[in-house]
Amino acid sequence: MTTLPTGTDRKLGLVIDLDTCVGCHACVISCKGWNTENYGAPLSDQDAYGDPSGTFLNRVHSYEVEPAEGAAQLIHFPKSCLHCDDAPCVTVCPTGASYKRTEDGIVLVNESDCMGCGLCAWACPYGARELDLAAGIMKKCTLCVDRIYNENLPEEDREPACVRTCPAGARHFGDFSDPESDVSRLVAERGGFDLMPEQGTKPVNKYLPPRPKDKLETEAPAALPAVATETTGFLSWLDKTLDRLPGGGAN
Amino acid sequence: MGHQQPVVDTSPKVSDEVRKTTCYMCACRCGINVHMKDGQVAYIEGNKDHPVNKGVLCAKGSAGIMQHNAPSRLKAPLKRVGPRGSGEYEEISWDEALDLAVSWLKPIREENPEKLAFFTGRDQSQSFTSFWAQNYGTPNYAAHGGFCSVNMAAAGIYTMGGAFWEFGQPDWDHTKLFMLFGVAEDHDSNPIKAGIGKIKARNARVVSVNPIRTGYNAVASDWVGITPGTDGLFIMALIHELMKAGRIDLNYLARFTNAPCLVNSDPTSPEHGLLLRDDNDKTLVIDRNTGTLTPFDKPGVRPDLAATYDQNGITHRPVFHLMAERYLDPCYAPDAVAERTGVPADRIRAIAAELARVAFDEEIALDREWTDFRGEKHAKMIGRPVSFHAMRGISAHSNGFQTCRALHVLQILLGTVEAPGGFRFKPPYPKPVEAHPKPHCGVTPGAPLDGPHLGFVRGPDDLALKPDGSPARIDKAFTWDNPMSAHGLMHMVISNAHAGDPYKIDTLFMYMANMSWNSSMNTSGVMEMLTDTDENGDYVIPKIIYSDAYSSEMVAYADLILPDTTYLERHDCISLLDRPICEADAAADAIRWPVVEPDRNVRGFQSVLVDLANRMQLPGFTNEDGSAKYQDYADYITNHERKPGIGPLAGWRTDPEGSGVGGTSSEGRGSPNPDQIQNYIDNGGFWSTHIPEDAQYYKPWNTAYQDWAVKLGLFDSPQPYLFQLYVEPMRRFQLAAEGHGTRQPPEHLRQQIIDKLDPLPIWYEDGPSNTQYPIRALTQRPMAMYHSWGSQNAWLRQLHGHNPLYVPTKLMRENNLTDGDWAKVTSPHGQITVPVMEMAALNENTVWTWNAIGKRKGAWALKDTAPEATRGFLLNHLIHELLPPKGDGLRWSNSDPITGQAAWFDLRVRMEKVQAPSESQPAIPPETSPVGTASGDLEWKTGK
Repeated sequence: MTTLPTGTDRKLGLVIDLDTCVGCHACVISCKGWNTENYGAPLSDQDAYGDPSGTFLNRVHSYEVEPAEGAAQLIHFPKSCLHCDDAPCVTVCPTGASYKRTEDGIVLVNESDCMGCGLCAWACPYGARELDLAAGIMKKCTLCVDRIYNENLPEEDREPACVRTCPAGARHFGDFSDPESDVSRLVAERGGFDLMPEQGTKPVNKYLPPRPKDKLETEAPAALPAVATETTGFLSWLDKTLDRLPGGGAN
Repeated sequence: MGHQQPVVDTSPKVSDEVRKTTCYMCACRCGINVHMKDGQVAYIEGNKDHPVNKGVLCAKGSAGIMQHNAPSRLKAPLKRVGPRGSGEYEEISWDEALDLAVSWLKPIREENPEKLAFFTGRDQSQSFTSFWAQNYGTPNYAAHGGFCSVNMAAAGIYTMGGAFWEFGQPDWDHTKLFMLFGVAEDHDSNPIKAGIGKIKARNARVVSVNPIRTGYNAVASDWVGITPGTDGLFIMALIHELMKAGRIDLNYLARFTNAPCLVNSDPTSPEHGLLLRDDNDKTLVIDRNTGTLTPFDKPGVRPDLAATYDQNGITHRPVFHLMAERYLDPCYAPDAVAERTGVPADRIRAIAAELARVAFDEEIALDREWTDFRGEKHAKMIGRPVSFHAMRGISAHSNGFQTCRALHVLQILLGTVEAPGGFRFKPPYPKPVEAHPKPHCGVTPGAPLDGPHLGFVRGPDDLALKPDGSPARIDKAFTWDNPMSAHGLMHMVISNAHAGDPYKIDTLFMYMANMSWNSSMNTSGVMEMLTDTDENGDYVIPKIIYSDAYSSEMVAYADLILPDTTYLERHDCISLLDRPICEADAAADAIRWPVVEPDRNVRGFQSVLVDLANRMQLPGFTNEDGSAKYQDYADYITNHERKPGIGPLAGWRTDPEGSGVGGTSSEGRGSPNPDQIQNYIDNGGFWSTHIPEDAQYYKPWNTAYQDWAVKLGLFDSPQPYLFQLYVEPMRRFQLAAEGHGTRQPPEHLRQQIIDKLDPLPIWYEDGPSNTQYPIRALTQRPMAMYHSWGSQNAWLRQLHGHNPLYVPTKLMRENNLTDGDWAKVTSPHGQITVPVMEMAALNENTVWTWNAIGKRKGAWALKDTAPEATRGFLLNHLIHELLPPKGDGLRWSNSDPITGQAAWFDLRVRMEKVQAPSESQPAIPPETSPVGTASGDLEWKTGK
């Protein structure tokens, strides 16, 4: 079994805004593109032009929610490794391949030590790890560890591929150990929450909840009062109102 | 074991080089950074400097590497050797292919150019392909707008000089209430997502009107799950509420619209319903200062929305009177429309009240002085922070034109268009109808057409009719059937050519249009038309040339295939002369360039057209000495001038004598620059120039904007104009149908024209309701797919590999269905048997599925086991290009009677549970593909 560090210097992770995610899958594919080309073994696809099944480090699920009152809602839910503080995928690893970095808290798989036993995927309550069938080793979100410090990239691009590409701006990256960081503030302001806290994994990634929906009738002003109900009355209102309009320079 | 961690290389080399070009994974046209390793494409990301996407990129764009390397890519020119549809081809050389094409095209050009029908699908070079067709001389040219969103575009141009998407955008930085109607999520996709993200970050309200709550609708604050086809009625109820309450911008209406313009109101007059004009053809208003008749644009005039005017015994009433009369009618009251729209009356009233509150009580003002076209100075730019966006959902109905018009009228009544916080045009828009060409159809054997094919009719005189009154175009665009068909009717070409109605053609030449599959109504019928033979055994459509980069379903039906490149292997220009990519604050254009060279025997289609033009010595492509003007498309992009100083690209033109922006600058106007494409490459693939601050709003009337637009070359002179709440050209068609004038419609169309071409928006039911088919059926475009293309992409097809029919809870229960069951779905035209899935966030009487996921076996290099071909399906089999017979001896088109837009979303069906078949029905037999099928696994990594 593998030991977690007693603490990490920083807690890097993502805030995902469920109020804004439109479910476009941009993050899914950008992640696939970067990570098949970079860290470790490629993310393979089996029967790519038949009935395909491939390795993804990030997927978007969609759930319908039917509130007690009001219309049904659809929530898009992007899911990748949450880089837990108490990561069961690490402690379960028989070879030490899975580990949590002391400097930033990122959970990684050292592929050269991974034997593809799959225990970690079984231990992860989120289903965030995928065994690559071609390489026979476990793949997971690296938080783009090869981007966020990469001196070959312009500084503004040193963020995970999924965050850089998200068209709706629903994904945020930062250090949760710093209460003044953008991600910490977003979590504080918007009631960011842990996914399945009862599992005791202490996930670093946080989700922002969808805002209440379909409240217009209760929030909007009362129905508009009529100035007239038929054309003649309306035209008479119009004439009077036009007289009151400034002769010019209104704008 | 204790904690241990290896050393990770956190700064690996990313790529050898970044090449910046323009995406083509959909029509959004974002800037992309293509990372190269060892000369190969290694990674694609968004370009942060690019005006469209500002660095972000959608799933399609990020999956470009899988498209560029797709096994479905065509490899060489092909000549058909088996029967049409068999997919049996032989590879031939380019010389042979081009000689063959010329041997077909040249004789018919000399004899009768209309024998060529050239339609270009999802073409992003329409300015060029139309120029080619015009020089060839055929009247039969259009792209795919007629089966996409012409209603939105044309309604926008006729009403206010532009519509949504490439025409304009919400003022994302200032809007406080955003209202969205049915959108194809691959249209303007990244800017809309970014805009929604921006306004949601500041917790502004988003109201979505859509029968289906997915995508943008899923994140909307408020969802209106409207009954399909009733959006116009819903909008008119909002207009009713706002007018009745006087919550409209009278000042804006008086100054900037034709609401005060005077309309002949004598039903016996041959000019009944036309606008009163002076000798200079200027519309006239009553000046409230003086009470006298005055041209609308006279300095100092205060146009009166209320006063009428009598002349020669005829009363002239302002447009605004007619609007009051129409929209105050109780038939538009919320209670009167609630049942048909499926929107409770209280909800309609609440939305109207919220629109009014935000527009008027949350008025904003930018401290920017500006001067209007009447010379009046305004100290501030007043903003009404309500904005709207809509696309195909309201457009693709047979009442779509009037519905789109109604939406534009709503925006205008609120005074939000071109006001801060509202909807803003992007250059070269706003552009009134008067600044657009009329359609042209004058054919001369061996010579060019007499002008551009497509345009905006002003009245019956502009219809594309032959002297005997028959349609001049194969698609019957610009005829009495659909007079304002500004984008043509690509969806009618094959069926008309097959029927020889209005005439027979010789060669059908198509580009990037999957007409034998998802781009046609009546898919199976179209396949038969393409292979049908006459009594001599000859094909009814004698010759078919097709160009595509990929082995689509259409490939099997061509006699000659001209294989195109992928988007990373080609030159292109995203031109201001075409569908532009500007922003509300900036003009912009862009290029594609070959960031990699093709590894197959393929050529960019536009360069092939240049070659064909040269071989036929088409005017416009040929110098006086007979030599070719352009060697290829890149040469055309650089050196073509549409008029002196104006070319396909506006950036880095050279001539200091040009009056481009900045005086001696080389933007907009200027002579061709031989290094222009390299200048674009050096700048990241695009060019952009900002609109001065005092010119950024109120553009149709803002002198500073008009002057800037002239300098840049968008116009040759300022073009201020009034928004057309009342569209007089429509009234001209009605007048003809009432018997006035010399150009008269056929008898059977008179009533339709009188009923439907109303110059003020109306609502009528979209297609015949039928109690036997009580359910509405729709398709949507997924954000991660672009029409049929995504299925050949190994990554994207894992997102949307098959498409259940989504059925609302109520209908699931009524039909005793559970997820995974199969249902037979029947329309008046046909039936399909497909898998179903329950969806609660859906209009309770509507079923829907993703568009163009279903594939024919054999196409796109997919295996026959591909879920797209076994469980995937098309709704197209249920939709016919003609309506069912009504018993009047005529077959009426399944399209909007104003524009001819394909009425995809008028579809009505019934459904029943059935035993699960082995695969979706109808199961069309497999086709043979010239590229075969791909197999195996992928382990994609370029660098080792």
